[in-house]
Amino acid sequence: MRDIPAADISAKVADLCIQACTVLPPDVTAAIHAAREREESPLGRDILSRLLENAAAAREDGVPLCQDTGIAVVFVEMGEDVHIVGGTLNDAIAAGVKQGYEKGYLRKSVVYSPLDRRNTGDNTPPVIHAEITPGDHLKIAVAAKGAGSENMSQLRMMSPADGVEGVKRFVIESVESAGASACPPLIVGVGLGGSFEQCALIAKKNLLRPLDDSNPDPKAAALEVELLDLINQTGIGPMGIGGKITALAVKVETAPCHIASLPVAVNIQCHAARHAEHVWK
Amino acid sequence: MAKQDEDREVVRLTTPLSDDDVLALRAGQPVAISGVFYTARDAAHKRMAEAIENGEDLPFDLRGQIIYYVGPTPAPPNRVVGAAGPTTAGRMDRYTPALLERGLKGMIGKGSRSDMVKESIQQYRAAYFGGLGGAGAFLARRITAVDLVAYEDLGTEAIRRLEVEDFPAIVINDCYGGDAYVEARARWRKT
Repeated sequence: MRDIPAADISAKVADLCIQACTVLPPDVTAAIHAAREREESPLGRDILSRLLENAAAAREDGVPLCQDTGIAVVFVEMGEDVHIVGGTLNDAIAAGVKQGYEKGYLRKSVVYSPLDRRNTGDNTPPVIHAEITPGDHLKIAVAAKGAGSENMSQLRMMSPADGVEGVKRFVIESVESAGASACPPLIVGVGLGGSFEQCALIAKKNLLRPLDDSNPDPKAAALEVELLDLINQTGIGPMGIGGKITALAVKVETAPCHIASLPVAVNIQCHAARHAEHVWK
Repeated sequence: MAKQDEDREVVRLTTPLSDDDVLALRAGQPVAISGVFYTARDAAHKRMAEAIENGEDLPFDLRGQIIYYVGPTPAPPNRVVGAAGPTTAGRMDRYTPALLERGLKGMIGKGSRSDMVKESIQQYRAAYFGGLGGAGAFLARRITAVDLVAYEDLGTEAIRRLEVEDFPAIVINDCYGGDAYVEARARWRKT
């Protein structure tokens, strides 16, 4: 059994929010560097250079990478033998988000309800996805998900008869309709299978994977490579002004599904792929 | 054609923009803008549209001005502004023709505009510029002063007057119907 004080969770979540919003993860920096080498459009190369300068400016000035510091999407893996002391998990995370967004000068972008659109003033509540896992570890990952790319995401309940070809067409269609609005170069999370809600969730969880990994399933890995190639043939390019590099990576995850179903979710992430995590172990 | 593009030099613009300034711009042209921007995004546009409908004055004279679609993060100590990159322009489409009709000359955002906005850009001689989406820290360095103008209660969505120096952008829609996104796709598409 591991006891973790709720206040420790809040303090760590606050740090993760600030870190996610101001530090571009090293794998993303490396991918933008590599993309700049491969980009043939001069204007595209120039834009990729400026994105690297942006990461440096954020670090030096203590300013977020992007003004849309998002809604905090928090993924939790909580061991069955973890006990939170002095509070509840959800409250501890929400308190951490509130602290982090205040202390880090991050934008408060959450409204109480789409029906009245009043700002909650502290960027809470976060969206929390918690999973119970064996053991006594607690892992918390914070993703600051901006609306520019999130708004361009799509989910479609396809027919098994549409097959992989249908899936590919839908992914490309989603990226094409996102165009410049989603701030390419993108990271594209694709969920295949599961139920309606599970499909969206696995698409989103893909966005936390290191950019240079592959799905261990060879069929899914091959689809990742093929989709990346197809997306980079669209010509959208950095910021949509043309070029070879429209996406930095495509991540595919599958889940078992009903014999009559083919759910497909495309969760789009901009180049400012902001997430950070901590494990109590 | 490619050669021509590669040699394109950055055009320097100073606000307020004149008809001649925008008539000289073509889609795909990189620019560096100095002078003043007014910030406005979803909520401020809605209020301006209501003001127009009610026959009230707008918070600032639109003639020759540029609206920057941005909702910055709070300024940290010793800085004039936090991150300040462009937001998606399409959400402002329904409010835009009325502003162009009243003399607005430029808009900075990201993503495609509606056909109606593109037609209004031609009709009223204006330009839509694409900014560097997701480069809020980089762009904040080009902003030298920030003053509140109106709608303070909207927080990050309030209208602010920004002073900018060499703010980089690319002409997306010009007043001849050119669209840099469409032209880029035609040129770079492989499938």
